[in-house]
Amino acid sequence: MTLPLADLVLILPELLIVGMACLILVLDPITPAHKKDLLAWMSLGILVVGSVVTVSGFGERVMAFSDLVVVDSYAVFWKMLLYLVSGLTILLSMGYLKEEKIQLAEYYAFVLLALAGMMVMVSGADLLTIYLGIELMSITLYIMAGFKRFELRSIESSAKYFVLGAFSSGILLYGISIIFGVTGSTRLVEIAAVVNGRGIDDPLVFIALMLLIVGFGFKVAAVPFHMWTPDVYEGAPTSVTAFMAVASKAASFAAFLRVLLEAFGGIKPDWNLLILVICIITVALGNLVAIVQTNVKRMLAYSSIAHAGYALIGVVVAGWAGIEGAVSSQGVSSLMLYLAIYSFMTIGAFSMVAILRKGGLEGEEIEDFTGLAKRHKGGAFLMLVFMVSLAGIPPTAGFIGKLYLFMAAVNAGLAWLAIIGLIFAAISAFFYLRIVMVMYMREPSSEQELHTRLVLSPQVSFVLACAVAGVVLLGIFPGPLVSVADLSSLSLK
Amino acid sequence: MAGDLSIVTEMVIPTGGIPWLTIVLILPLLGVVAVLLAHEALSRAIALTVSILTLLVSLPLWVAFDNAQAGMQFVEKHLWIDSPAIHYSLGVDGISMPLVLLTTFLTPLCILVSWTSVQTRMKEFLISLLVMETATIGVFAALDFVLFYVFWETMLIPMYLLIGVWGGPNRVYAAIKFFLYTLAGSILLLVAILVLFFEGGRTFDILALTHASYAPGLQSLLFWAFFAAFAVKVPMFPFHTWLPDAHVEAPTAGSIILASVLLKMGTYGFLRFSLPMLPDASVAYTPVIMTLSVIAIIYGAFMALAQADLKKLIAYSSVSHMGFVTLGIFALNAQGIEGAILQMINHGITTGALFMCVGIIYERTHSRQITDNGGLANAMPKYATFFVIFALSSVGLPGMNSFVGEFLVLVGTFAWSKLTGTLAALGIILAAAYILYLVQRMIYGPASPQMLPKLTDLNFREFGMLVPLVVLVFWIGLYPKPLLDVMHASVERVIASQSTSVMVQEGGDGRGHTLAMTAEPSGHRLIMKGDVAP
Repeated sequence: MTLPLADLVLILPELLIVGMACLILVLDPITPAHKKDLLAWMSLGILVVGSVVTVSGFGERVMAFSDLVVVDSYAVFWKMLLYLVSGLTILLSMGYLKEEKIQLAEYYAFVLLALAGMMVMVSGADLLTIYLGIELMSITLYIMAGFKRFELRSIESSAKYFVLGAFSSGILLYGISIIFGVTGSTRLVEIAAVVNGRGIDDPLVFIALMLLIVGFGFKVAAVPFHMWTPDVYEGAPTSVTAFMAVASKAASFAAFLRVLLEAFGGIKPDWNLLILVICIITVALGNLVAIVQTNVKRMLAYSSIAHAGYALIGVVVAGWAGIEGAVSSQGVSSLMLYLAIYSFMTIGAFSMVAILRKGGLEGEEIEDFTGLAKRHKGGAFLMLVFMVSLAGIPPTAGFIGKLYLFMAAVNAGLAWLAIIGLIFAAISAFFYLRIVMVMYMREPSSEQELHTRLVLSPQVSFVLACAVAGVVLLGIFPGPLVSVADLSSLSLK
Repeated sequence: MAGDLSIVTEMVIPTGGIPWLTIVLILPLLGVVAVLLAHEALSRAIALTVSILTLLVSLPLWVAFDNAQAGMQFVEKHLWIDSPAIHYSLGVDGISMPLVLLTTFLTPLCILVSWTSVQTRMKEFLISLLVMETATIGVFAALDFVLFYVFWETMLIPMYLLIGVWGGPNRVYAAIKFFLYTLAGSILLLVAILVLFFEGGRTFDILALTHASYAPGLQSLLFWAFFAAFAVKVPMFPFHTWLPDAHVEAPTAGSIILASVLLKMGTYGFLRFSLPMLPDASVAYTPVIMTLSVIAIIYGAFMALAQADLKKLIAYSSVSHMGFVTLGIFALNAQGIEGAILQMINHGITTGALFMCVGIIYERTHSRQITDNGGLANAMPKYATFFVIFALSSVGLPGMNSFVGEFLVLVGTFAWSKLTGTLAALGIILAAAYILYLVQRMIYGPASPQMLPKLTDLNFREFGMLVPLVVLVFWIGLYPKPLLDVMHASVERVIASQSTSVMVQEGGDGRGHTLAMTAEPSGHRLIMKGDVAP
């Protein structure tokens, strides 16, 4: 069997990125310690090249490798977001790894490999392709979570992530195998053709669907499959946490939505109620439990669970019974918009946690932010912007994201869901503002004054500038991104 | 876009191409940049200059305002987001223009009043004040519902910081209470806006949405959704509990902004949205609002009577006074509404001035207890004079501003129901009681010996910032006509939206309404202007 050249050209970005990851692994041993940054710059370079190649595919829909892979606007949108997040993660890590004394160049190779996995996920038109992408991403992330290998918490995080992740992958694979048994195929299109004919009458389809939802629910950290999130987020190096909270969540949502709509779009009533229930308990539990956290990383972990819940509103709308065409794709596009905006504010918030140092350690307790506004006006203000945006208060991007989600919900006749979402958004303001409160309204103790400081490098400053620019500009001029998301969502069949 | 055509015809644009409202809106933000870049020592002067400039460029809104026009003036409309169409569209009518001016007038005074009292983090303080100014002007001038909501919510953050950073000992609690209360109130507002978008012809244009008509059942739901947001902001009884905390803990400038401008956003919301958009529901639920208003008037007054803390007293008097405003609005006649708008301005001036006076005395004695601040007539004669003037204005002494407003509100209320009017009038008597009791203790009461050395009379700056307020008190009190003239046309239009709805209820003229609502006995509602001369 020969590989057609055209197909290879289509996955050129993925090939470039995997190639660079291998190259970095080879170069790592022969690169002197003080030149490791070079490898980071090389990975950034390949991201730029890859994004240029990828973006040229926008607007088309091409299948490759006998329908295993699809490159459409929907995939391009997610890939561009993933490039951006990976790039910001690499920049953030350059200073952070040095501070934490875990500066190993294979880290950058892992970021690239995880990225490649995510790109395969968002481009997968076949359940097995998607599964391969998920595994490549997950296994890399298991390693990255344990990157602070001399710290118990980090190892625990890695082990916990691995055990639960492997378990959920197994469930996913089980679902896929049942689907294959029922429909005789793992291609999304072919599954759709068979499933539409049988519907819920075949209990096996229903069981398989449940298994898939559990598997994906774990990957996007939806309640009740969220148990791993706080521990893993807390223990992993902060730059990795940011990467997991944003990139892996975005990629999982992308694949999740594609599977639900392209393979099971004909039997929406079979899954939309379940998603609705998951959505509501995710928003509720994420926000409520975040209130009692004292560790910023844990708080942001629960906040990321809550935000997954909000994003699920988009899935609910896209899958709501009797909703077709424009309204359904409004659900998709509002989800895309929301996760893009979520990326900026979450990267920003985690970057602030990463650069706040307490002595030689990371300042990750909420208390460590006490009185920050006195010593680092700029830093405190950035954190204020990120927190306000996460709470969804205008004129920040977080508000725009919620506005479009709730608009889609109201349009689908789900005004009550919008009300529930907004009630919990108001509750969330309480814990986001607590960070603002300690920064601006509490006097630091002399010990805190002495030992906590922000460690800024040019790279981190750039990351923060990007994040805050995204949060503010998308809050005031969301138009272009909205149009792109609208356009991309239409390519989802 | 349904209804666009009719909207365009009622827009009046006498701006000569100059986007006055945008200039007024942007100037404070430019001030923020200037303050940010400037040296700490210069920041106060820069902020003051900018705020005075803002006041000056807002004056054309008054001068060039066409009193005969009921529609929006100084209209600007640009596409902001294209899908769905959200516009940056601004405009003022006779209801909002005075409120914009009130905001631009009070901001320089707020900066002046904080000249020496705020010592820490001066820059952040000024930035918060200037952002507040932009946000409040935006609320009053926005003609797009999403734009309105953006300004409405944006204002929370600077106010939260103003209370929480520069406030009193219990400031953190007061700040978060203020924030969560108002945020929770806004939840249903946003959903209502989205529902209106889909029900009112897929537009966020406030004027177009006003023209659309909604089924009575939907109107009820929307009415209570609006009510949740606006009643918390006003604040109406029983949603007022955040106000005393916020007022007591806020720095003087924060209290002034809070009382004078922020509370008006709630009553403005009733006037701009609830009444014209949901006429049937407004009529149907008038008794509820009237009852709550009367309770607020009397309860607020009694609470004020019992306070030993100066700021708390004025805070509860605010609850009482704002009761008059909602009373006037929901009297649903020209006198009531015009009186309410006038009273919104008056309360802004008088209560703002009283908080300023409290700030001045607090700077000297560092106590808000009334008993600590006695005997000022001898120690600070100039201050005492000003204080008594503002106190009497608050009582509604004839010849002063509040008298005109309260009188009109009462006339309007009596037309609606004699009992309600009588009970509300009781509030005026109670106001006299708590204010005069306050004056007696503070101005004429015994001076506290350990405070006496600290009591120095007004300096030039303090004198200067109180004078403009006194001028306004007497000007509106003696010659309110210019201000009332500005409102007439716009108020009549609000009433007209009510009367068409009554016609629909009585005759059913085919606007698509079904008669599910219990129609009010309508004879007592429509007293057009001219029946009673102010």
